[in-house]
Amino acid sequence: MPSFVITDKCDGCKALDKTACQYICPNDLMVLNIETGKAFNRAPEMCWECYNCVKICPTQAIEVRGYADFMPLGGYVQPMRSSNAIMWSVKFRDGQLKRFKFPTRTTPEGSAEPDAGFETGTDNIKSPLLRTEPQSLGLEELKKIEE
Amino acid sequence: MSLGDHFKTIAVNTDLLILGGGMSACGAAYEAAYWARKHNKKVTVVDKASIDRSGAVAMGLSAINMYIGLKDNDNTIEDYVKYVKNDLMGITRDDLVANIARHVDSSVHLFEKWGLPIWKDENGKYVNEGRWQVMIHGESYKTIVAEAAKNALSSLGENGKYYERIFITEPIIEEGRCVGASGFSVREKKIYIFKAKAVLDAMGGAVHVFKPRSVGEGLGRSWYPPFNSGASAYFTIRAGAEMTCQEVRFVPVRFKDAYGPVGAWFLLFQSKATNAAGEDYMQTRADELKKWAPYGLSKPVPANLRNYLMMLEVMESKHPIYMQTAEAIKNIAGQIKDEKEARRKLKHLENEAWEDFLDMTISQALLWASTNIKPEENPSEIAACEPYFISSHSGASGAWVSGPEDMAPEGYKWGYPNMTTVKALFACGDASGASSHKFSSGSFTEGRIAAKAALAFCMDNNDIPEITSEKIDKLKQEILAPLETFEANKAYSNDKDINPNFVKPKMFMFRLQKIMDEYAGGVSTHFMTTKPLMEKGLEFIQYMKEDSKKLAAEDLHELMRCWENIHRLWQAESHIRTMLFREETRWPGYYFRSDFPKMDEENWHCFANSRWNPETNEWKMMKREIKELVKLDA
Ligand SMILES: Cc1cc2nc3c(=O)[nH]c(=O)nc-3n(C[C@H](O)[C@H](O)[C@H](O)COP(=O)(O)OP(=O)(O)OC[C@H]3O[C@@H](n4cnc5c(N)ncnc54)[C@H](O)[C@@H]3O)c2cc1C
Ligand code: SF4
Ligand code: SF4
Repeated sequence: MPSFVITDKCDGCKALDKTACQYICPNDLMVLNIETGKAFNRAPEMCWECYNCVKICPTQAIEVRGYADFMPLGGYVQPMRSSNAIMWSVKFRDGQLKRFKFPTRTTPEGSAEPDAGFETGTDNIKSPLLRTEPQSLGLEELKKIEE
Repeated sequence: MSLGDHFKTIAVNTDLLILGGGMSACGAAYEAAYWARKHNKKVTVVDKASIDRSGAVAMGLSAINMYIGLKDNDNTIEDYVKYVKNDLMGITRDDLVANIARHVDSSVHLFEKWGLPIWKDENGKYVNEGRWQVMIHGESYKTIVAEAAKNALSSLGENGKYYERIFITEPIIEEGRCVGASGFSVREKKIYIFKAKAVLDAMGGAVHVFKPRSVGEGLGRSWYPPFNSGASAYFTIRAGAEMTCQEVRFVPVRFKDAYGPVGAWFLLFQSKATNAAGEDYMQTRADELKKWAPYGLSKPVPANLRNYLMMLEVMESKHPIYMQTAEAIKNIAGQIKDEKEARRKLKHLENEAWEDFLDMTISQALLWASTNIKPEENPSEIAACEPYFISSHSGASGAWVSGPEDMAPEGYKWGYPNMTTVKALFACGDASGASSHKFSSGSFTEGRIAAKAALAFCMDNNDIPEITSEKIDKLKQEILAPLETFEANKAYSNDKDINPNFVKPKMFMFRLQKIMDEYAGGVSTHFMTTKPLMEKGLEFIQYMKEDSKKLAAEDLHELMRCWENIHRLWQAESHIRTMLFREETRWPGYYFRSDFPKMDEENWHCFANSRWNPETNEWKMMKREIKELVKLDA
């Protein structure tokens, strides 16, 4: 099954009203089993292997076992995400291990300021100029093509 | 007590209603917040998922595919229009493409300021993958864009709201005007009735209309994300809006099975693809391109024709087709004389290659790991995926929308930019047609254009007709019907999925996929179809429309699956009808009509548009003229 939960590691997000994996899955697949207090993927065949549940789980309880209908066993790809970078471990079927680290953002989380310091050149809601333009284009004025 | 009585009905009133939370919806929310604040208007965003990670960019991306470079005079908007038009074999709305192109750079500059890491060279210029694509470290692309959209909305205070995990079902039309949308929560027993002065459709494209190549666990590994299920097209069709290019699907060629991206390999690493014998089919089959002139003879060769040459190899069993990754890496590193420097370069290229997958198609990294593929050592198989509907990429299907006031030719504008032919209903991103190649940045940008226009419309059209309570009751009944059907019939059989009185959404989806695959040119027929095949397919589609009234759901999650498949069904029907209408083959690498195997410029250099009439339940097909702003180079 694509994403799966390691039973021992999942703490059900400490019974908060919604679990992290349930909050994030774009396909509404991750759910909490109320009886066991553990999360599970309710329809693995609808999973995109997008790893969003894996990246968000606070206890690293979720991993991905590649789609069985075309992936031989033994491959393993697991991320560790910090506030500005992501580190990947890639293990091959033949045992070789590779690590990769990539930046994910250049500003502190939450700080995206909509206008980003650019001014809007018009007050006219009917003008084709958009918010922050033309400054954010780096141009004096908007271009156009005529018939 | 009926089941419906357990559901609360929540009414939400707003000025601008934005449906979807993907790239174009985020652009819309971002732009709308500014103008709404100036004019004291309300903006409401509704997504079926969590905006931080929803839609096609949920996983991240490794490139921004649309950047013109206007400020450095790298390219002009005319250049971009030519590129798009040629790729779509001449069928494109120049005015819409030009409008996005003149604004898109501003969106990219904003992304960078918000914190998206864009690769730069030693002079501080963006690193291009190809002429129009810039490379990014894009794992958090969607999160960053969503953050800016949410921050913009929150500047409106009470007037800016977003709702997550609400699935939108239907448009609400009163007196020929779109006045809102219905939906339900996938987490709580709540029905939502959104009432709005203007509605912006931004719910992405469609997948799982056609049978995918993998049907076990790998069912979910479509190139296009399984969570976009045709809501955009359904919404505008059901509102009675004119649609365009509904025949123009997209069939991407990607690394086989895990569908990892090939763009960086072809463009950045200049890799070649060959057949099993090592022959470069773009060269050995170059003559074929003449048949598709003038488009086939220009550079770059249109995506569908590149596909087609590969498909010809496969039809002659000359596959596996390989991306020659090792050769490409050797070619780049080999140019460096210093041995240590060359080794460093090799390491660098390896990193770039893996990041390309890890940023946007992690499954492909997993597939390489589980099959011991190291791109610097072995080549890797590529293949055509199944067909998808994604007009923001290389497809074109969507609503026929009004063009920009200052650029659109006569006949292409009827008021507000990006308004459909239904009053107050706007469309952007994958929801609007005939303006391909907008990708992530262009979709965000088109959302901005559409939202600004929609707010201007709100100001000019302040009074809206009431939604009657009978209509609300009827909507509620229709939304919940699958739950009622299940409850009423479940006791009859020992198996909750097998019952003569209903059909579960999963098997319903499989039926649709089988029809589309076999009659409408899916993978198993090498994307070929004919009039008799499509007519037969339409017969089966009619049965499905009847059976859609008997869909059954056990819980809210399954209720969502039911509605997703109703949406897919309408996307499918309009697709077949439009392929049937266009009596030629124009995009042979996307689909091939073997009863009309040639391109017919004289009769079909035009748009194939359609409209479903909500009053009479009839489809009307029509041709629309192509009006050019820019001529292709002879
Ligand atoms: C695999 C892949 C790779 C790509 N690579 C690149 C790339 O490298 N560079 C690039 O620039 N572009 C790339 N693109 C293109 C880019 O992702 C799209 O152009 C862009 O996301 C389109 O924006 P959108 O808003 O129309 O749709 P999306 O971003 O897909 O958003 C659709 C939204 O609608 C919501 N929704 C769907 N149905 C409903 C419903 N019934 N009710 C409520 N909400 C609903 C979804 O949850 C989502 O929020 C790629 C696309 C794919 C699929
Ligand atoms: S996020 Fe992790 S810990 Fe929380 S419920 Fe999901 S699997 Fe368990
Ligand atoms: S990998 Fe993605 S689609 Fe699959 S369960 Fe996790 S979040 Fe959902």
